[in-house]
Amino acid sequence: MAQVTMTVNGTSVSADAEGRTLLVEYLREGLGLTGTHVGCDTSQCGACVVHVNGKAVKSCTMFAAEAEGAEVSTIEGQAAADGTLNTIQQAFQDHHGLQCGFCTAGMVMSAAALLQDNPKPTEAEIRDYLEGNICRCTGYHNIVKAIMAASGQDVSAIAAE
Amino acid sequence: MYAFDIERPSTIADAVKLLSDSTESQPLGGGQTLIPTLKQRLAMPDRLVSLGGVAEMQGICEDDAGRMCIGGGTTHADVAAGAGAYGALASLAANIGDPAVRNRGTIGGSLANNDPSACYPAGALASGASIITNAREIAADDFFEGLFTTALNEGEIITEVKFPVPEKAAYMKFEQPASRFALVGVFVAKHVDGVRVAVTGASEDGVFRWADAEAALNGEFSAASLDGLSLPGDGMISDLHGTGDYRAHLVAVMTRRAVDAAA
Amino acid sequence: MPADGGIGASTKRREDIRFLTGNGNYTDDINLRGQAYVHFLRSDMAHGTLNSVDTSEAADMPGVVRIFTGADFADVGGLPCGWQVTDRHGEVMQEPAHPVLAIGKVRHVGDPIAAIVAETADQARDAAEAIEVDIDELPAVIDMKAALQEGSPKVHDDLTSNLCYDWGFVEDNKDAVDEAIKTAAHVTTLELVNNRLIPNAMEPRVAVGDYNRSTDDSTLYTTSQNPHVIRLLMGAFVLGIPEHKLRVVAPDVGGGFGSKIFHYAEEALCTFAAKALNRPVKWTCSRSEAFMSDAHGRDHVTKIELALDADNNFTAIRTDTHANMGAYLSTFAPSVPTWLHGTLMAGNYKTPLIYVNVKAVFTNTVAVDAYRGAGRPEATFQLERVIDKAAIELGVDPIALRRQNFVTEFPYATPVAVEYDTGDYVATMDKLEALADLSGFEARLAESKSRGMLRGLGINCYIEACGIAPSNLVGQLGARAGLYESATVRVNATGGITVMTGSHSHGQGHETSFAQVVSDMIGIDASMIEIEHGDTDKAPMGMGTYGSRSIAVGGSAMVRATEKIIAKARKIAAHLMEASEADIELKDGAFSVAGTDKSVAWGDVTLAAYVPHNYPLEEIEPGLEETAFYDPANFTYPAGAYACEVEVDPDTGKVSIESFAAVDDFGNVINPMIVDGQVHGGLAQGIGQALLEGCGYDENGQLLTGSYMDYAMPRADDVPFYQVDHSCQTPCTHNPLGVKGCGEAGAIGSPPAVVNAVVDALRRNGSDITHIDMPLTPSRVWTAMQG
Repeated sequence: MAQVTMTVNGTSVSADAEGRTLLVEYLREGLGLTGTHVGCDTSQCGACVVHVNGKAVKSCTMFAAEAEGAEVSTIEGQAAADGTLNTIQQAFQDHHGLQCGFCTAGMVMSAAALLQDNPKPTEAEIRDYLEGNICRCTGYHNIVKAIMAASGQDVSAIAAE
Repeated sequence: MYAFDIERPSTIADAVKLLSDSTESQPLGGGQTLIPTLKQRLAMPDRLVSLGGVAEMQGICEDDAGRMCIGGGTTHADVAAGAGAYGALASLAANIGDPAVRNRGTIGGSLANNDPSACYPAGALASGASIITNAREIAADDFFEGLFTTALNEGEIITEVKFPVPEKAAYMKFEQPASRFALVGVFVAKHVDGVRVAVTGASEDGVFRWADAEAALNGEFSAASLDGLSLPGDGMISDLHGTGDYRAHLVAVMTRRAVDAAA
Repeated sequence: MPADGGIGASTKRREDIRFLTGNGNYTDDINLRGQAYVHFLRSDMAHGTLNSVDTSEAADMPGVVRIFTGADFADVGGLPCGWQVTDRHGEVMQEPAHPVLAIGKVRHVGDPIAAIVAETADQARDAAEAIEVDIDELPAVIDMKAALQEGSPKVHDDLTSNLCYDWGFVEDNKDAVDEAIKTAAHVTTLELVNNRLIPNAMEPRVAVGDYNRSTDDSTLYTTSQNPHVIRLLMGAFVLGIPEHKLRVVAPDVGGGFGSKIFHYAEEALCTFAAKALNRPVKWTCSRSEAFMSDAHGRDHVTKIELALDADNNFTAIRTDTHANMGAYLSTFAPSVPTWLHGTLMAGNYKTPLIYVNVKAVFTNTVAVDAYRGAGRPEATFQLERVIDKAAIELGVDPIALRRQNFVTEFPYATPVAVEYDTGDYVATMDKLEALADLSGFEARLAESKSRGMLRGLGINCYIEACGIAPSNLVGQLGARAGLYESATVRVNATGGITVMTGSHSHGQGHETSFAQVVSDMIGIDASMIEIEHGDTDKAPMGMGTYGSRSIAVGGSAMVRATEKIIAKARKIAAHLMEASEADIELKDGAFSVAGTDKSVAWGDVTLAAYVPHNYPLEEIEPGLEETAFYDPANFTYPAGAYACEVEVDPDTGKVSIESFAAVDDFGNVINPMIVDGQVHGGLAQGIGQALLEGCGYDENGQLLTGSYMDYAMPRADDVPFYQVDHSCQTPCTHNPLGVKGCGEAGAIGSPPAVVNAVVDALRRNGSDITHIDMPLTPSRVWTAMQG
């Protein structure tokens, strides 16, 4: 067991971690940041996506020790301090891009990473980018639509809310 | 997972030393395969040596022979973004796994693992790449020794991979619908001294070169040259995602498409 | 309508805020002081005699608190089955014991053998490896037909065979159906498989047991769609805890799709262990473990025959189905291939004679139970596939054949025991033809062809029975539970309202849509209304959410309770305004006296109820809180018509969904945005079943699809933007909201459209193929194309 220190959502934090402690375990159990979820154990579902040094990673497939000294951002750090949703979060609500909410943190974090690299992605680019994020509820329609809307594109022609 | 320690050396020398210290040490690249394996308790290292902090294993450059040299610790995302001079390889890297996996997974880790359905082994083999380790240089033709088996010795790590850049090349991957690994992937590379065709995902023996296709394409580099060429379904992987015959058929289809894309 | 939207408004979901900010409270987010962790040691063999479980070495491992085995549950009950089917010979089904932890035998890969409780999850897993299990492996029975053969190994030694039941429906119709098929002008026969699916809600199951020694109260936090049902089943049948000493909480639940209806061994173990150890005990399922412990869905093998007269009118349907139960009877398993399947075999068509035979079979596989649609997708798939095949054989247009045979007059009593109250199948098909632009298909076909792709069009109809269900009817059908729903409406002194419902929301948005209903009824902002669910200590006895029943049954209970509230509030208002109750009108949250300008606000009335200084105490009680239980008079019958266009790559057999149009008649709609979302999700699951998903076992009972590496979940790039429409509305006649339910439609209606489209694409390319079994993987399609 060793102390692992990193910056999470702008705040320097320290918590104990074993070698085998995953970043997601560090976040959820060590820091109580339970917004990041675990939906599989083969690095495919993407419910655990967070950003490490600005890049989307699956926090269930990275050890906490490897994030020593890193800048980590999670779903808990996305809204403004007063609770105002960011553009992506708001688009997800506006376009019903979530149902049970379990995959949502990963979807929002992946969407943020996509828009960082590609501010106006096409439908096909969004669908391709979400290969590592599985949602069982929405059929993806409103997730894709929300991400298009969050990037400032007109989605009024896309069938149905 | 079983318990283990993690070390984060910053030089190749330190990493090698840590790996040789203990027989139960294992190198950790991006971890995108190793960590799920550890979760299933299919490996029992007492120490993981993370290569992520080794700066000299990062990045892409060109050597005097014009080869593209990629550090063993370079992520798929960095290859996708930085290997523009070898478009087919950049494109291969850009379609491994998903974006988050590409931000962690490394070329060295992928080659060392030699998953029979992974993309990089096909790229390295078709390119005639050299795999550089802390101890030696291994030609791709000598590196891949069957499923999850390579010429690497215990504690030996891939520090760099050198790719001759072909005149023309393309990689075509037909995805297994669940894992999105290659059900069949074919990398075709037309070099000055000949064509190399490497196939992943299909064979029970792992990545291989399709000699008949190479010979045909050495005649004329066009899909038409492949007319009538096929592989037998025997020896191909047969599972719920595809029969051996289907995989054999896909090899031919993907080879044609790769030639078309490269031409 | 209130400013923030009443019935019919696409109100944005209030629950989204917590989910979008990481503030949800899922069961795995719950950590209780002093909790220990459970790891289940599971069988890696499909079938074997369990000779012994030696825990002695493991018990001394670091951190181990206690190891439970089957023997620890000798004095408590097994997991109960909530439905008893009586077979065609009048015999009740064979019902095997279902121990919490294996006793004597293991019966499927994943069958729990021991539960290790330790200070950490890793320690529990470490100790599991030190348990010595002595199992003599037995031959496994996986194939259903083989399982019924004489001499087959038996899954349960104390049963006479692997046959759970042999059900005939309607048995009295059998001879007439046989005769009609014998004398028909044409009979189309189709044999097919409805593939086994693994539900895969994104949140794996979790259970946290807690016990308070000072009060003797037990609490279970669990990922459930119906906490009251778990309390009843686990309390009464497994652990012997009376309901007043047992609280079950299902907080935020990350999807269910049926798989979280059932009472599972892990819930009982955690509750039992917490009491035995006097400390909280937590279990978190891994995805790999979920694949072998969550109840699976579907898994039918069917032969269907459709008889037609010389004018192509349907005259009879006969089906013969084998339905896999797996190794044990999960909570509602027997009902799925019978009452949720046989009763829907008429579909949207006026076929006078129908006979359904179902043989339910035990095999050495994970238990099979309800999964989104449950029985109705199986009925729809075989019927809509055989109609397409009949159209091929007869050389007629598949839409025209359907239209010709539509039920057009309502109510309509089917020959399979249900009565459709309303519907307009012609209207939904008309709408579909426009929405899917069927007249433009030829042009799209030509465009695909120019790119070397094979295009196909598949259409189908569906009907389902939702709003489950009338208790007296389901009781006759074998249900061991009622299927009403409850609601308590608690009006606070200052006018705010808390509604406690027995329905449970795990993605459906009840907190928003239920509030819209009450808001609409009273005429106050929805922001004044809070919906509470998921805690047996708060809501009155409820039956939970499945079978598209929440708004139809739970919503109706809430309407009834709100009506009681309004009736009482009207009395109070009449008193306050010194007017006759008959003259009181409620509009926009104010009570007024008809024909006068006298009015009191909602808040004045509610305050008077709790500060009854000026109050008719001699006539009515103070306070403003009402409970209602609603038991529907019939099922509801959503119906629709779907169209799918696919492209097939002739070189690889890969199918891509080019478009999907769904027209549904859900009756009245509370929140169109949410309803559209429900359809989208159902469509993806149906497309997943048709193209991607299929649980595989090898002949030894080893699971071939044990993770997302092999079980193909639909991803964003597997599906298109969908076109959905629910403007054809024939309101349900027997519930106060006129609603029918929308949760399962997409999953029920979409698989046949996809398969019909692929078959169409191949036939247009010269193939004479008439069927391919799901999932239509590239390999299967390509192999089929080779002839």
